[in-house]
Amino acid sequence: MPSNGLDLTIAIGGAAGQGIATPGNILARILVRRGLHLYAYNAYQSIIRGGHILLMIRTRDQPVHSHGDKVDVLLCLNQDTMDRHLGFLGSGARVIYDSGSVTPGDAPEGVVLCPMPVSELSGDSKNKLIGNTIALGVMMSLLGVDFSVLDDALTQLFKRKGAAVVDENVSMARAGFDHAEANFEHVATPLPDGGKPLAVWTGNEALGMGGAAAGVKFYAAYPMSPSTGVLHWMAQNARNLGIMVRQVEDEIGVANMVIGAAHTGARAMCATSGGGFALMTEAIGAASMMEIPAVYINVMRAGPSTGVPTKTEQGDLWQALGASQGDFERFIVAPKNTLDAFNTVAELFNLVDRAQCPGILISDLLISEGTYSIDPDDIDMQPKIDRGALLTDPSPNGNYLRYALTESGISPRVVPGYEGFVHTVATDEHDEDGVLISDEYTHPHKRRRMVEKRARKFQGVAADVPAPELEGAAGAEVTLVGWGSSYGVIHEAIGLLADHGVVANHLPIKWMVPFHGDEVRAILEKAKKVIIVENNHSGQFARYLRSETGFSADAHIRKYDGEPFMPHHVVEGVLELAKGESEIYVPYQEMIV
Amino acid sequence: MSTTVLERDGLLGAELERSPAAAKDYKGKVSPDWCPGCGDFGVLNAFQRALFDLGIKPHELLVVSGIGCSSNFPGYVNAYGMHTLHGRSLPVATGAKMANHELTVVATGGDGDGYGIGGNHLMHIARRNVDLTYLVMNNQIYGLTTGQISPTSRLDMKTKSTPHGNLEMPINPITSAIMNGATYVARGFSADIKQLTELIKGGIQHEGFSLIDVFSPCVTFNHDNDFAFFKPRVKKLEDAGHDPGDWKAACEKAMAWGDEIWTGLFFESDRPSIDSQEPVLEGPPIARRPLGLSKDQAKGLISRMM
Repeated sequence: MPSNGLDLTIAIGGAAGQGIATPGNILARILVRRGLHLYAYNAYQSIIRGGHILLMIRTRDQPVHSHGDKVDVLLCLNQDTMDRHLGFLGSGARVIYDSGSVTPGDAPEGVVLCPMPVSELSGDSKNKLIGNTIALGVMMSLLGVDFSVLDDALTQLFKRKGAAVVDENVSMARAGFDHAEANFEHVATPLPDGGKPLAVWTGNEALGMGGAAAGVKFYAAYPMSPSTGVLHWMAQNARNLGIMVRQVEDEIGVANMVIGAAHTGARAMCATSGGGFALMTEAIGAASMMEIPAVYINVMRAGPSTGVPTKTEQGDLWQALGASQGDFERFIVAPKNTLDAFNTVAELFNLVDRAQCPGILISDLLISEGTYSIDPDDIDMQPKIDRGALLTDPSPNGNYLRYALTESGISPRVVPGYEGFVHTVATDEHDEDGVLISDEYTHPHKRRRMVEKRARKFQGVAADVPAPELEGAAGAEVTLVGWGSSYGVIHEAIGLLADHGVVANHLPIKWMVPFHGDEVRAILEKAKKVIIVENNHSGQFARYLRSETGFSADAHIRKYDGEPFMPHHVVEGVLELAKGESEIYVPYQEMIV
Repeated sequence: MSTTVLERDGLLGAELERSPAAAKDYKGKVSPDWCPGCGDFGVLNAFQRALFDLGIKPHELLVVSGIGCSSNFPGYVNAYGMHTLHGRSLPVATGAKMANHELTVVATGGDGDGYGIGGNHLMHIARRNVDLTYLVMNNQIYGLTTGQISPTSRLDMKTKSTPHGNLEMPINPITSAIMNGATYVARGFSADIKQLTELIKGGIQHEGFSLIDVFSPCVTFNHDNDFAFFKPRVKKLEDAGHDPGDWKAACEKAMAWGDEIWTGLFFESDRPSIDSQEPVLEGPPIARRPLGLSKDQAKGLISRMM
């Protein structure tokens, strides 16, 4: 499919309960079937009815890295959406609304109003959401898409509800389409067609599927936004894939159930958000002490406490670093996007199986709840599986020691059920045989040996994960450093900075523990100006970087209003900080969602 | 076995029929460090006898505990053991049972561990009806922390944390468990090893969640509810013709706390366990199945994303 430079963002706004998800899903399916890439960000609140939702679907004929900086087509399902966002629109943007219930205010110059007389078009329909279907028809026309495409999509979606529902929706969509054809001009760049069809998934679905591909057999969770999508995916697929899925009474129960399942040899995983993760932390320490491999996912939202449940933040890095009392090793990884999240699950399971310890995967609302296109051929459903020193056919020799002191610190593991290997594991400090040394006679030498044994498992483990690599021009004026989900927006901002005559490059960080401190320092010491970009107030990564490398960045771009960065936020930050008058830039969030 | 103190004090007496074979087969790597005379010795003895009678092989058994004096239990039994966090034996045991349903899983602990810090899990494992047995050594006191009230301490009890007397009602583990859906609810007395052995055997054989609350007196910190307190009061349900299918009668009997305190099997029902209802668990344990997705499964997942 030859590129026609398509870069179009469709936004649908309304209140919770107005049925935004359905037109959003239909649009997404239509786009990916044409081979177009998409990145959808849904801004919403913790409310089932009411509030304001804005679903932004950005589509391009090449990979999309962020939800972008603009809206080209805005569908207002209520007056509130019009009032909030009309002023944000630029010249050429289209605004679709029901002229019977929504009044446009003063539109910026060049914005094209596309009123739909819904009650006139819908006739005697009793369907309260029929305006959404009419709007889809209008939208297809504006985007220059043949009506048959929408006809097919609606027929597919509603066929289970019977012919009458299909007919009503198709005829209403047709009415909207015809109305738009007669009254409005198409957008400047119509949607191309003919590319290789893509798939769509959310980050949470990618994490669940990543678990299934990695061999997860036990998944437990307590519902908590924005991590609940993983539970939904797991529950939906449990019986087909042979995964035991349980919704548990609290996250303490979740984290400990995972330990029980993992101890018998199953790959076990759970996901939560920061508050639930806080409840899990004691168990994470227990997994370390008992040397049981398990994966804990924290999908970050804005905190502290219950915080802003439906908004994003990168505020839990230090919580992951400090999860649980005591001084112990754990893996911590923050994937950069959905595909990376999918791949990272198997990668992390291999690491925790080898080192027999807990691993923490940090996602956030932006990755987990966003909807993204993905080329299905890029998804490796048969990743490498390495279970480390898990003995599945052991021969008893009479002196098995679960915590045998070895040079690597790794003790061969036999799970319950094998004759001749009976042993006890303990969350209290213990000796090589699992016998407690905390009671009766503590033993400083045994304690020291066990601490050192567990630590030895992490010696040289950095070699098992790739070191961060500089992306973009060598010798750039500015080096932007980000971690986790900010990958895409920084990547895009660097392209935009070039238009401003600023050459920037990018050092994305994924693995927090193990951390390639020497490599990172070597790169950053050569950089001309280092700016760290992160979605939090205090600069959690900046402080971690300093603690691991002694390196202090020159300046920082930080955002902590609950909304993710848009590319222009980073661009403006770099331009402002280049003046050298300040060290911290906090972008202004124009869209109030 | 360290039952000598109990025998010396005449606390076990005729009811203790020691089983040297049980002691030998199921003795753990370490000897109990409980105080001399602790009720937990009797529970350990009864447990080992039950294992012996049922012919459970040590490698097919997983004993999971929390924290507290009685939670040292797994180390004293020749079986796979997990000595986990305070209050968390039940979720750990649940995870283990679900991942390997061929194991016999027994959780052990005390009243503080199970009814206090872990109380939420008890309510939910009961309604979930996981096929495992929970043996609670209830001494109505926090022993390992040197004597504070527990959720089962009597009203007005004076301890280090309640120098002016306990103002909080004790919970009733038996009625709570019945109300929450447990399908085998029993109470034993650590000095009656014969009855306790039978109750434990019944609990292990029962398909579903079994709670066995055991009066296991703390000889060091609880001088109110000691052996001398229980000995004249405990009466056996089996001698009174109690019907374990009658939950109302069970609750009435469980509420009695005076001259008569009932032990035995209060309630049993055949409500199916979660293990037996979950199709995923049909076949070999999930922990032993091959990892990863088949080509067909992978194809199915992708096609639903298109």
